[in-house]
Amino acid sequence: MGEAGEAPAEREVVFAARDLVKIYVMGEVEIHALRGVDLDLHAGELVVMLGASGSGKSTLLNILGGLDSASGGHVRYGDRDLVQAGERALTAFRRHHVGFVFQFYNLISSLTTRENVAIVTEISRDPMTPDEALAVVGLDERMDHFPSQLSGGEQQRVAIARAIAKRPDVLLCDEPTGALDSKTGIRVLEAIERINRETGTTTAVITHNEVIGEMADRVVRLRDGRVADVEHNRTRKRPDELHW
Amino acid sequence: MRTLHRKLLRDLMALKGQAAAIAVVIAGGVMTLIIAVTSLDALTMSKERFYAESRFAEVFVTLERAPERVSDRLRALSGVDRLETRVEAPVRVEVPEFADPIQGRAISIPDGHQPELNQLHIREGTLPERGRGEQILISEPFAQAHGLRAGDRIHAIIRGRMERLEISGIALSPEWIYQIGPADLLPDYERFAVIWMNRQALAGAFDMDGAFNSVVLTLQPGVREASVIEALDELLAPYGSLGAHGRDEQQSHSFLMEEIEGLRVLAAFLPTVFLAVSAFLLHVLVGRIIRTQRQQIAVLKAFGYSNADMAVHYGLLTGFIVLLGSAVGVGLGAWAASALAELFAEYFRFPEMAFRLQPQVVLLGVVVAGAAALLGAFHAVYGAVTLAPAQAMRPPAPETFRQGWLEHAGLQRWLSQPGRMILRNVARHRFKATLSVVGIALSAGLILVTGYMFSAFDELIDRQYRLVQKADVVVHLTEPSAAHAVAGLRQQPGVQYVEPFRAVPVRLRHERLTYRTAIEGLDPGLHLRGLIDGQGRDIELPPEGLLLTDYLADDLGVSAGDRVRVEVMEQHQRSVDVEVAAVVGEPIGVSAYMQRDALNRLMREGPTITGARLLVDAAEEDALFTALRNTPRVAGVGLIAETEAQIRAYIEDTVLAFMAVLTVLAASIAFAVVYNNARIAFAERVRELATLRVLGFTRGEVGWILIGEILLLTLLAIPLGWIIGTGLAWLLNQVYTLEMLRMPFVIPHQTYASAAAGVGVATALSLLLIVRRLRRIDMVSALKTVE
Repeated sequence: MGEAGEAPAEREVVFAARDLVKIYVMGEVEIHALRGVDLDLHAGELVVMLGASGSGKSTLLNILGGLDSASGGHVRYGDRDLVQAGERALTAFRRHHVGFVFQFYNLISSLTTRENVAIVTEISRDPMTPDEALAVVGLDERMDHFPSQLSGGEQQRVAIARAIAKRPDVLLCDEPTGALDSKTGIRVLEAIERINRETGTTTAVITHNEVIGEMADRVVRLRDGRVADVEHNRTRKRPDELHW
Repeated sequence: MRTLHRKLLRDLMALKGQAAAIAVVIAGGVMTLIIAVTSLDALTMSKERFYAESRFAEVFVTLERAPERVSDRLRALSGVDRLETRVEAPVRVEVPEFADPIQGRAISIPDGHQPELNQLHIREGTLPERGRGEQILISEPFAQAHGLRAGDRIHAIIRGRMERLEISGIALSPEWIYQIGPADLLPDYERFAVIWMNRQALAGAFDMDGAFNSVVLTLQPGVREASVIEALDELLAPYGSLGAHGRDEQQSHSFLMEEIEGLRVLAAFLPTVFLAVSAFLLHVLVGRIIRTQRQQIAVLKAFGYSNADMAVHYGLLTGFIVLLGSAVGVGLGAWAASALAELFAEYFRFPEMAFRLQPQVVLLGVVVAGAAALLGAFHAVYGAVTLAPAQAMRPPAPETFRQGWLEHAGLQRWLSQPGRMILRNVARHRFKATLSVVGIALSAGLILVTGYMFSAFDELIDRQYRLVQKADVVVHLTEPSAAHAVAGLRQQPGVQYVEPFRAVPVRLRHERLTYRTAIEGLDPGLHLRGLIDGQGRDIELPPEGLLLTDYLADDLGVSAGDRVRVEVMEQHQRSVDVEVAAVVGEPIGVSAYMQRDALNRLMREGPTITGARLLVDAAEEDALFTALRNTPRVAGVGLIAETEAQIRAYIEDTVLAFMAVLTVLAASIAFAVVYNNARIAFAERVRELATLRVLGFTRGEVGWILIGEILLLTLLAIPLGWIIGTGLAWLLNQVYTLEMLRMPFVIPHQTYASAAAGVGVATALSLLLIVRRLRRIDMVSALKTVE
């Protein structure tokens, strides 16, 4: 189960997680969010991680993205181990390598569309301009609007533009369509898919929506903090072919 | 980073209400410091400048009469630097169209030129010309009080002879910065005049040709004042010396120092309290505002902003508010301090009030406020950044709620659902609630302590003029007179009752401590002069022994039963040991009392008086004054009601003006704190409140949860504020004990009520502003977004 080697051999391994454990202490109880996860992500692939709530998928994504620390195990990214990395190293890792998309967009409400992207490009090494990034998600019209003046789908596309503007090596999306209706959700997925296809950015999308798995190279299912199975899609469906 | 800065500006705009409130707290702390230190500095510096430029003497001697040749021996004394002899005499002055008696002090200056010491600052006109006996200089405040100018003429009664005098100029003297008559506590510029005349003319009028009765001198550097005083006393004793003394017993100087000392106490105490309170509030407020941005911090961190970036970002946000508050505080503080200095200038007459804003004081205020705010900011940022971003981005986990005392006490049956939520919220966030309560209580304490100053001074004046000074008029005679002079006073128009007294100038000595004052001999069974203890209760005048003002007893280190040496400083100098019978707690002035018989015996004289207190018919006051003015033996007449009004005006103009500013500040701080607490509580609860709206709670019910919590915290804060304020007032009472004034420690109910009302009004205003926000809660968006 969940063997890393199932992926195309010619592709370089970007992330290698081994025996990853995460335990939250909430008051008096310990919650075992991850109970020993082994997983590889390969360069350029689009992986969808499926799981019910509580399966540990968000925790896994957060650890891969350096947003959270693991309680045990290893995550290799290139030649560094993220589990051992300090605060400074993780910050640099996030700054230069990772783009995030969150379920609730998490835009800065006091900044306009363009500024929400600029706030990331200003600290990146070789970013697109905010306008380029917004053009990729088809939002070149509403540059000077504040988040409160945008629809949910528009906000999520701003969030995607913000995530890709730095030309990240990996794009991590946590329930990007979770707060959207299906039509809007598909437009958001189209943006993600296009970026993956055109720029070769390694992309991981987590969702509880099985249908979205059909657009992935691989589908990883998580259950109770473990990888339950990994499924290889022969062909990826286009997002506009998905229905839910 | 430009975009981050833009976010900073937008955040500031969004937080403008709260930022302004925090700026008010900072401004309050900084302003208090600037006002106190700057006005203290203005007085001190003006004094130093005037003393230096006018060569103010360091030692002073008054004597009966010594031939001029003695001055050579005085100059030869070791340690004496410059020395000048003078003639000084009491005069009566008359100004056209002014009916009240005016006492005056005439002081000689060398014919036609400036004295060597205590040089005069000429404001208008010139010095009297050499050989022009009728030319005089008059003191500026007296000239202003009567609209007199150089070239005008006034009359003076010198040794019973009416002289026509011409004002050649108007002057200020370092000896008379605080210009008061010999028996007064406060300046009365209309009824007391200082005039300077050529020595020859003044000496001629007072039979002092070739002689002097006053000496002023400066000391060589490093010389011990006491040894020079000792030598002077020894040398001048045969000439009726009343004893040499240093600046500390010079009237103007000691009043000035007293005022400076009082300001120094306030300048140390109040800004410390205000700044400490501001610092605490800043720490809490800034911290809580930043905590509401926890998720934004997490997002920025998720995209690779470092902890240092976040610290700088919020440091700048805080720094901006600190700068804004400091700028307002420095500006208003400088303005208020210069206004206060103007008020002081009315009482302390310097050639110019030196006023400057000391950069180090400004810096101190900004640094303290800035440090407190930044500490609060970094504390909060640290708390936010140490959470892994993933954790910070999740809505905080529901807090652990347990069955508490509320449930155990079975109280829930009596409370509505919102009522229970209020109590649970407060009980659950005990730390946060405690900080809010302490913050509000501190601001209530500030209001209380400033209110205390008002009520304490009111009580002080009430005690002095209802319990101590009960006469209408006090008459001082030119010299000790036989007791039957009372009969003469009784016959004056409008006089209903007379109580004579005998005042003897003395130096009291206990071991190495001395104090110059007067012993007032009073008759038993007093009606017009009360003797009270510290609580305002009457004290019996014992047949023997001295009563001392408690301040004086402390100063001399004696208590009832100890003996003090009384050195009489009238013509027949002698020293006698007298037992201290009791201490009295009168709030104004420093005095000693004994029964008149005993004092007369001590003086080895028959029944003798030097003045009397009168009860008079107000309708005949004018007639009485005219009559007294024509009585040669009357040196001065004091109107108690006038004195009371003056002392009230003085206190209002100085201490209370300062306090009024502080009260406004305290009230603003109270509002800033309550409003900020309310705003933050709103921000922290908005999701929860929106959820309740979705669940079908009415706007009123939802509003009540927030409003009720704020009200509950305010109610809890008020009694704590009373306790804090009472403590601060007590501390202030302990440190603010002056020679001239001692505040009683009395806090009336109204003061407590006004502290509570101040916080109450602040709460009401804050709630009004919050209710507007409550109306605008958007249920759906509040539920959907994390921010």
